[in-house]
Amino acid sequence: MGAGHGHKLHYHGHSPIHRLPAHVKLLALLGLMLTVVATPREWYPLFAGYLAALLVVIALSRVPPTYIAKRMVIEVPFVVFAVLMPFIATGPRTEVLGLTVSEPGMLAAWGLLAKGTLGVIASLTLAATTEPRDLLTGLEKLRFPNQLVQIMGFMMRYLDVVAEEMRRMRIARESRGFQARNVRHWPVLARSAGALFIRSYERGERVHLAMMSRGYTGTMPDTGRTKGHP
Amino acid sequence: MSSPVLDVQGLAYAYPDGHQALYGVDVHVHQGERVALLGPNGAGKTTLVLHLNGILTAGAGTVTVSGLPVTKQNVQEVRRRVGVVFQDPDDQLFMPSVRDDVAFGPANLGLKGQVLEDRVRDALDRVGMGDYIDRPPHHLSFGQRRRVAVATVLAMEPEILVLDEPSSNLDPASRRELADILRSLDVTVLMVTHDLPYALELCPRSVVLSDGVIVADGATYDILTDDALMAAHRLELPFGFDPRTVRLPSAG
Repeated sequence: MGAGHGHKLHYHGHSPIHRLPAHVKLLALLGLMLTVVATPREWYPLFAGYLAALLVVIALSRVPPTYIAKRMVIEVPFVVFAVLMPFIATGPRTEVLGLTVSEPGMLAAWGLLAKGTLGVIASLTLAATTEPRDLLTGLEKLRFPNQLVQIMGFMMRYLDVVAEEMRRMRIARESRGFQARNVRHWPVLARSAGALFIRSYERGERVHLAMMSRGYTGTMPDTGRTKGHP
Repeated sequence: MSSPVLDVQGLAYAYPDGHQALYGVDVHVHQGERVALLGPNGAGKTTLVLHLNGILTAGAGTVTVSGLPVTKQNVQEVRRRVGVVFQDPDDQLFMPSVRDDVAFGPANLGLKGQVLEDRVRDALDRVGMGDYIDRPPHHLSFGQRRRVAVATVLAMEPEILVLDEPSSNLDPASRRELADILRSLDVTVLMVTHDLPYALELCPRSVVLSDGVIVADGATYDILTDDALMAAHRLELPFGFDPRTVRLPSAG
């Protein structure tokens, strides 16, 4: 299996930002996001201010900016949508670089792009400076419902296992000459996804058996350190 | 002999879909014994294991653990006494760190604080994984994960350790390391396996389960050298392995 150390989004370090308690960072992220979303999109200088603040945090955390930049590809679908907006939106038209575009569309695209990018940078910074395990502890400290924290914990634990299973299934498919080249190949992928779902479900049952075998009765016991009491 | 740690009598079980897996099984394991439960795939080995700690309830017959019958009422105490190590360590290790995983069982028994911490450390030291206490389980090698899985059960101080296919998927070095660990533990062991050399190496006594009944019970050496019995129940020695020529490690 040989998963690398740490999570793919986590950048190991010991900066002040890394050392900050997870629940403080979570609250900061939530606060920033609410502020950004609530800011009217015409207040252009404020957005520059937000970006500057984020860049300062990243500089303090000593996470290389390219590390964050590379992971921002997740935003691409939103960027595509934002770029299309000026062309498909209605309203008064204006000329930009010889193209006729919608003015409200331009504004909407700017809003989406600016707010989205700030959100992605902020979330990536949180992920880069916080171990997933600490995030869970942070959520618990913020009195997040215990069941949800448990579910997220299991998800984190088994993400690698399921991803590895998915990789093995893909290799097995390709070893028999399958390549998903066009839409007609999608049913095969759908069946693979179904098989993966059933396997994961069965693993869930086996994990539950193993838990019951060690005396689990429905509530997570307090094991002392990473979970439970603050 | 003293009363057995594990006493299975006339155990029969059919799955809800009607498929009958066990037809009256009798097995007993005494204090300090290491017994192998041998049988081909589909013989009902895993079904039997799930009865030993009350996950499945017998259709007929009884399972008794140190005098305590396995019933709905005392299932919690039974699960403390019978420690099951499942085949896939990924099923058994589900917590964010090795420490939490090993603590899970004893914490369910109500242990807390320093007592719990001592239990966890002791169990990990017994399988030689003490240095990995703060690591996430999914970053360990397969062999290490299997050893931690054994520790998760040892931490509950069971009276009998039940291992489902302990040697499966292990490379020869990890396999030998696990054998050394199992030999060093001072607990009663029931080892479910079709790895016959491993059974011979670790368990002086073997029980053969085939088609839901016990067809043989005796010294492992005698069973592995009984060619007619072996052939009748799809038990085959790996190529080149002859129990008659093997020098066994001094019995532990």
